[in-house]
Formats: sequence, C-alpha cells, structure tokens
Amino acid sequence: MKQVNIIVKRTPKIFSNNIMLKINFQKIALILLPILILTGNSVKAQKAPEFSNKILPDNKTYFYFVADRFEYYSKEGTNPLVWDVQGYYGKDYNKFWFKAEGEALTSEKEGEMEFQGLYSRPVTSYFDVQAGLRYDVAYNSITSNSRAFAVLGLQGLAPYLFEVDGSIAVSEDGDLSGSFEGELDLLMTQRLIIQPRLATSVAVQKVEDFGVGSGLNNIQLGLRLRYEIKREFAPYLGISWNRKLSETADLAKLEGADVSVFGVVAGVRLWY
Amino acid sequence: MKKEEKNTKKISRRAFFRYTASIGAVVGMSTILPAYAFAGFGERDVLEPKGADNILDLTISEIPINIDGKTSTAIGINGSVPGPLIRLKEGEDVLLRVKNELKEDTSIHWHGIILPFQMDGVPGVSFDGIKPGETFEYRFPVTQNGTYWYHSHSKLQEQLGHYGPMIIEPKDNDPVEYDREYPVLLSDWTFESPYDVMNNMKKMDGYYNYQKRTFGEFFKDVSEDGFVSAFKNYTSFARMRMSPTDLADVTGATYTYLMNGRGPESNWNALFKKGERIRLRFINGSAGSTFDVRIPGLKMTVVQADGQNIEPVSIEEFRIGIAETYDVIVEPKEEKAFTIFAESLDRSGFARGTLAPNEGMAAAVPVLRPRPTRTMKDMGMNMSDMKMDGMKMDNMEKKDNAMEGMDNGNTDHNMMGMSGMNSDPVKHGPDRHGVGAAAIADNQYNRLNEPGIGLGKDGRKVLVYNDLKSLEPNIDERKPEREVELHLTGNMERYMWSFDGKEFNEVKGPIEFTQDERLRLILVNDTMMEHPIHLHGMWMELENENGIYNPRKHTLLIQPAQRISALVTPRDKGRWAFHCHILYHMEMGMFRVVQVSDKNGGIY
Repeated sequence: MKQVNIIVKRTPKIFSNNIMLKINFQKIALILLPILILTGNSVKAQKAPEFSNKILPDNKTYFYFVADRFEYYSKEGTNPLVWDVQGYYGKDYNKFWFKAEGEALTSEKEGEMEFQGLYSRPVTSYFDVQAGLRYDVAYNSITSNSRAFAVLGLQGLAPYLFEVDGSIAVSEDGDLSGSFEGELDLLMTQRLIIQPRLATSVAVQKVEDFGVGSGLNNIQLGLRLRYEIKREFAPYLGISWNRKLSETADLAKLEGADVSVFGVVAGVRLWY
Repeated sequence: MKKEEKNTKKISRRAFFRYTASIGAVVGMSTILPAYAFAGFGERDVLEPKGADNILDLTISEIPINIDGKTSTAIGINGSVPGPLIRLKEGEDVLLRVKNELKEDTSIHWHGIILPFQMDGVPGVSFDGIKPGETFEYRFPVTQNGTYWYHSHSKLQEQLGHYGPMIIEPKDNDPVEYDREYPVLLSDWTFESPYDVMNNMKKMDGYYNYQKRTFGEFFKDVSEDGFVSAFKNYTSFARMRMSPTDLADVTGATYTYLMNGRGPESNWNALFKKGERIRLRFINGSAGSTFDVRIPGLKMTVVQADGQNIEPVSIEEFRIGIAETYDVIVEPKEEKAFTIFAESLDRSGFARGTLAPNEGMAAAVPVLRPRPTRTMKDMGMNMSDMKMDGMKMDNMEKKDNAMEGMDNGNTDHNMMGMSGMNSDPVKHGPDRHGVGAAAIADNQYNRLNEPGIGLGKDGRKVLVYNDLKSLEPNIDERKPEREVELHLTGNMERYMWSFDGKEFNEVKGPIEFTQDERLRLILVNDTMMEHPIHLHGMWMELENENGIYNPRKHTLLIQPAQRISALVTPRDKGRWAFHCHILYHMEMGMFRVVQVSDKNGGIY
C-alpha cells in the first residue's frame, strides 16, 4: 500500500541551486543558439519580422444589411407594402451608412419613399454621428415630386436599451425638418420578441407638395411580435397606428385623406 | 486468471481501435481521433523526439472529423484533433519540424514554453509563418517541465482543431507521485465556419446568447425578490445598456464541448485500477470557453498550475480559463465509474468523460446548473454606495477622454514597494478609454479569493487564485523597479476588444520591456466578462501574497472589475505576443506586442 497522504514530496534544498544552474544553462543555450542556427541550414529563422500592427483582422471591413420592417400593411382602404431597411459598409471607425424607408401600393401607382447615404462615425461607446444626403420621392398616377436634403443625425443605443435614430434635415429649398425613431426589444422568450416602436417627425416650414405642415407632423406607434427562427430571419405580426397632427392633419383633410390610420401588419425582419 | 483475461481484452480492444483509425485514414472518413482519446495512452500514443538530434515531425492538414456522429472538416495535426501528445524531456535540445499541408499559412505556438522568440510561432511577430507546402524547423532547448499545450497562432485555425497537448518530463525526480496519467484537453467545436461566427458577433450583440433574461424570468425574480428589487435590478442593467447574461460570446448554441476531441455523447474513457493515484493533466484548449471542472464523488488535489508545481490544494471543483492548465491527482477507492464533468461557464453545455475501471462504463452525468447573472460588482460598482450609482451612470455619456498612452492616473496607487492590493477597491483613473470601451470599472477589486461567477455557493470547495502557491521559490527576489498598467477594454455592442481602448491596429509600437529588469504588470478588467490574458516568453508571478512563492503563470484568468498584478522578469530578448486568449477577442484587437530589449535597444 502506498502512502496516500503525501502526494508531493518536499523539494530538497539543493533544488533551488539546480534552478540557478538551469537558468545559467538556459542563458548559455541562448547564446549558443543563434550560432547554431547560423551554422545550421535555417538561417532565415534568425531575423524576425519588423514590428507591424497590421497582422490581425481587427480593422476589417464589414457589410451589413437589415430589413427591420418589411411588411404588408392591412388597413381600411388601400393596403401598401412598407419597408424600412438600412445597413453599412465599413470599419469600426468609418462607415458608409445607407437607409431606405417608404411605402407603395402594388395595385396602383402611388407611393412615397426616402433614401439616405451617410458617413457614420462613432462618437460615444453607443452612438454614431451620421451626416450625408437624403432624397425623397412621392408619386401617384397624376404627379411626382422629389426633393433632396442635407442630413445630420445621431443613431445608437440609448440608456434602457432603446434603439434610437434622430436627425435634422435641410431641404434644397432651405426647409428645416427633423425626425425621430425609437424601438425596444422585449423578450417574451429567447426567440419570441415584442417590439414597440415610435416614430415622429417635425417641420419648421409648410411644404404643401409633400403634405407637410409646420409643426409636429405625425406620430407612428407600432407593436410587432416576431419569432426568430434564426437570428437573421424573423417573421412577425403586429399593429400600426399612424396619426397625422396639426397643420399636416389639416392638409390631409383638404386632400380627403385619412388623418388617423390603424391597421395590422405582417412581415419579416431579416438581416445579413 | 481473471486478471489476465482482462488484459487480453484490453489489448484486443486497443488493436481494434488502431485498426479502425487506420481504416478511417485510408477511406478518408469517420472519426480521426488521437489514440489517447480512446483509451488513455501507452507508449505508442505519444510522440517523442527521435534520434541524435531529437527530431519530431508534425504535419498540419485538413482532415475529416466526426463529432458525436456529425461530420465536418477540421485542421488536424498528424491527422488528428487534438494533435498528438508531444512528450519532451527537460534538458534536451529539440528540433520540431512542422510541415504545412494546408492551402493557407499556418503556425504552431508552444504555449507557456520559454524559448528563443524566433521559435515562439506567432506570425508577424516572431516569424513569418509557415507557407503552404513549407516545413518550419523549431529548434530550442527545453528548460522547464510540466503540462503545456501547442496551437496555431494563425487566423482562426485554433477553432478548427489545430491544437494538442504537450508534456515535459522533469530532468530530476518528479515531486508529484502518480501511477497513471492522462491529458484532459478541453476544447470547443462549431459546425459553423469560425469566420461566420466572428461576423455574426460583429453584426449582432448576443448572437449566440439564448439565455437572456425574459419576461418569464422577470416574473420569477419578482416573486422571489419582490417587485421593487427585481425592477431595480432589471432597469439598472438596461440603463447601463449592459446584459447581465453576458457570460460567453460563443455558447453551446453553436458549440459542442470536447474532452480530448470527443463530444459528450462519445464519452472519452480513462481507465484506472482501484487504489491508483491518477494524474489528470487538464488543459483548456478552447477558442472561447471557460470551464468549471468537477468529478462527482472524487476529491481532486491540484498539484500544478500552468506547468508549474504548486503546493497541493485539495478541492472539489476548479475553473479553468482558456489556455490555463491544472494538474490534479485523484485516488478512486472504489471500482466504479466517475464522470469528469466540465461545464461551460455560461452553463450552455458541457464536456464530459468517464474515469472507470473498465472501458465503456459511464456514471451519472450531472445536470447543468442554472446560468448565473452578472452583479453590480462585476460592473465595477462600489458595493458600499450602491444607492448612489444613479449618478455614476451619467459619466458613461461623457465624451471620450483623449488621453494618450498608459493609464497612470491612479493617485490611490503607490508606485513602489506595495503589493498593489492594499486598497480595495482601487478607483479608476480619468481615462475612459474611448468608444472601444463600453464601460470602465470605477471600482477595481482584488477578487483573488473569489472562485468566480456561478461558483462557490453550492457547498463545494472551489479553487481560487489565492490557493496557488509555488512549490519552488522564484529566483528573482528583487522588488519591482517600475509598473506597467494595462486595462482590458471592450464594447460588446460594437464587438470591439482592446487594451486601454486601443485595438492592436491603433497602437504605434510595442510595449517596451528591458531585459532582466524587474517590473510589476498590473491588469485591470474594465469589462464585465472574464478574459484569459497570456504573456508569451516570460512568466507572470501572480502577486497573491506568497512572496517568493508567488505562482508562475503564463495565462491569467481575470474576472470582471478585477485588478490583478504580477511580477515579471523578462529574461529573453525579442518580441513577444501579449493577448486575450479568447480567440475572437484577440482577432478583434485585444492584442499587443511586448518588446524585450537589452540596454542598447537590441532584441537579438
């Protein structure tokens, strides 16, 4: 029977001397080694590469695309297709950011949409400042209008985990406007997620061609329940309420359009 | 008679395994596992240097792999994952020839081995890497002993199986007595491309986290802790934009956890005879997983950490960070099976094997414990004035502090002659490390007596860093002449990882050490996740108040909001890698080069 208790033998005192000897040996070996290598056939192993900070993929360029909303909007009257997509191409500190949002009817010629191309740069741990151009188009079977903007915005993750995107824009005619969007993911389960969403816009000047009045334009409230089959692919169902406000509401009334629209949405959230 | 029968059976089974393995190699299919993964290792399973020049040949190539019945392609060494067990002897000069049969560059880094820096195997730092079709000759004197490992330092090859165990026999008598030994190499495997894994994490925070807090858990917490307390906890994390379930970036959602290359279903077997003393040499060769290891029914005695003998510590469980090694002795007194259970830190899965008197046996496999959640202490909050934390949060919005270089703003911290542990917590300096750091640890804790998140509360004795005491004294008894402080920083939302908020591509040059100087390396974890920090080419003598018996480590697992210090004497000149051993963190920029020069600035 072996002694069970003593697993480790005490190191004899001489051992520490051995360590000293070992180190000396190591030093000698180190001196000898380059000589060995030089005389051997692997001479090239001797010189190491110059210092470089470009040896890792830590400054890689990524492409990201997300269709946050891509849905069919079922409401009273016509039922448009609605989209809200964005993405980027770039590195940690410099990105080209693109956004497209709009709605259009599939049955007849009517729709409105906007496109943005922005330079995006992180300014805090959670926020990017974005600057660039926006192009709006509104059309129906009779007319078509478009206008361009210069945009400055802030997008990121706010305290309490709200995904927010706010921007101010100056049109080619000098009209000043602003918009804000915020959404929050609430986990029912690991894959079933409720997403409340709020969007609003405000304008300083009235721009009748686009049905924009001065002051607060509208408020959009949505609630979507999605199921992440994969992280990248999540079908959803939800409700969406869009209320035009103040002068914008008046303009809508004049055109005979609805001021308040409520409907059901069905769509898919996907990203790449 | 009975005994003899058993032996024949064992041999024939071994022969059978060898047979199947060679068939597999010929047909190019099925499981290619190193022999020791089947049945422990005898002489034939071990690769030892041969001939007068102590030559050992390794070939890196793509191989088919079978993990619990599912097939894929891996990068193997001499045709297996993990690679062969390399067995060297202290005191010999070895020539390790590594042939690259891949279509891309490769490399082998000998983890924890003290050697000339050109032999360290880090492409772009110590050498140019090994081109396809080329053979690189690693020559070095073996000056140490213990349990180590080796792995690729190129791209994400390590995640694809490019790693193996390495044992160096001591020149003198081994102070550890044992009858039998096994390497237990823990690792993680994904059937996804690791490059996709990296992209997924870059594009979505918490991509692999399927253990986030939900409504259901909220209601459960309300019923347990009351509404006010639960609501406060949930909202304070949300306000800070932090997830209390950030435990691991890559999880069991994509990982299969392996023990010596085998998945939990395939049950790696290690044999013993009753009364034997078995030495299990645990190595964590994962790309992204920290493990909590226990063997229900057996006490473990830790005798070695990172290849260095320590005073034996009797424990029931230990946490092993990526790249760390722990040797434990177990002495089963009964002829029965014991499960070697290695739970991933986030409890999303486990690796498992069986220690048994006969092959093919299995013991009960424990259920995974519930995943823990991060605390305010992990976020660097001061536990004594928790109620005021609302005010501190606002600081997070402060604009970037453009302070250059090292963080030396800690006025609490006395430069000379103290262990760096006297004040706890230590306050963070004014540098908030820029956008690459989601947060900082306002209060930095010692934590050397804490086993880590999710451990120590179920009655088991768990190893802590304070338990580690070197068996042999460190030779350099000098006090440190200077301090180098580095902060571990990251931004989970942007998936940026760095030291002092600077990704490697943002730093201008190496961190300068002078040969044979004595310095104190202070590491502060400003993130809320564990990081295993590895310094190549020299030992870190962890300052855990054991004086000249401070344990020597090549990798330090640093807890959230922990402030840890180690004494270093850089003996070997050259350029050495210094990085987080979570593969994806390293690739994202949590990497630096330490340059050790002589007084004249030379590194050769």
